[in-house]
Amino acid sequence: MSSSNEATVSGPPHAHHWDPVTAYHGSKLGMWLFLATEILLFGVLFTAFAIFRYLYMEEFHHASQYLDWKMGAINTAVLIFSSFTAVLGVDAAQHGDNKKTFRWLCVTVACGFIFLIVKYLEYSHKAHIGLFPFIECNDHAQFCWDSVEFKNEFKMYFGLYYCMTMLHALHVIIGMGILTWALLKAKKNRYSTDYYTPVEMGALYWHLVDLIWIYLFPLLYLVD
Amino acid sequence: MSGHDNSEHGELGHIVPFKVYLAVCISLMVLTVITVVVAETVDVGSWNIVVAMLIASVKASLVALFFMHLKFEDPITWLYAGFPIVLLFLLMGGIFLDNPTRMEVKPVEVVDTLKAKE
Repeated sequence: MSSSNEATVSGPPHAHHWDPVTAYHGSKLGMWLFLATEILLFGVLFTAFAIFRYLYMEEFHHASQYLDWKMGAINTAVLIFSSFTAVLGVDAAQHGDNKKTFRWLCVTVACGFIFLIVKYLEYSHKAHIGLFPFIECNDHAQFCWDSVEFKNEFKMYFGLYYCMTMLHALHVIIGMGILTWALLKAKKNRYSTDYYTPVEMGALYWHLVDLIWIYLFPLLYLVD
Repeated sequence: MSGHDNSEHGELGHIVPFKVYLAVCISLMVLTVITVVVAETVDVGSWNIVVAMLIASVKASLVALFFMHLKFEDPITWLYAGFPIVLLFLLMGGIFLDNPTRMEVKPVEVVDTLKAKE
């Protein structure tokens, strides 16, 4: 069967490389399949959040007021802008401009850093006022996670908040790694109009990270 | 910007004009501001979350269609992008049909209920 198929394809039957168009489309389809699993991964966390928000409406509303929506809004703007620069990086690569690709991806990775710094400031503030698990209670803190007074519903809210945002932050870090690898290839002039797969796939991953944050921000920071 | 002005087929992917990307970026920023303003000022009770999720879905669609080039992809890519969303709706739909039938059982509060009886 396979030999008769191969006979119809031009080129050697056991070539080590596919033609650029086939390789590009294969990579992109594989990437979309991977992104589908990522949506399901975050999807179950969103579902868990929805269930417990429904069960503990008042407590979740109260707990969400300890998040600073301004920080969340800044990070939303940073991620949207970084998605914009990532797609400009892809556009530059499509035009065979390695220099511009390098520059735009550098801006994207820098935005990733800003996002993580803001996230760190938020987490450290939470730890300071005692809204963080595994931190010993002290007299200066407003809350004490392990005390009896600290309601279980609060633990559920912040547990979900940390699970979702930390998993998301991990994705930001991985995305920055992929884009750094992609921009180093641009530095070495490896891309041309018929090969820029790492830029396109890195950008697709980055857009997904942005897309998940677009849902996380209103759900965690804004919705009462 | 010359050469960016018309939508064209690149050798591999679809090349989109710069102004489209810029318009999408600006729309996303504006929608973010709308999300914040609506959430902070308008109170429509339990509809707040619906409004917020609808705006988020519009934003997510813009990202997927233009930044991720889904608008220009073939049907099988649309299938790959769509099936996890269908599965999520099944999961959430099933859970939200099931949950109201046993509102009394709040898993986390079981401990507290025992304490109250002592």
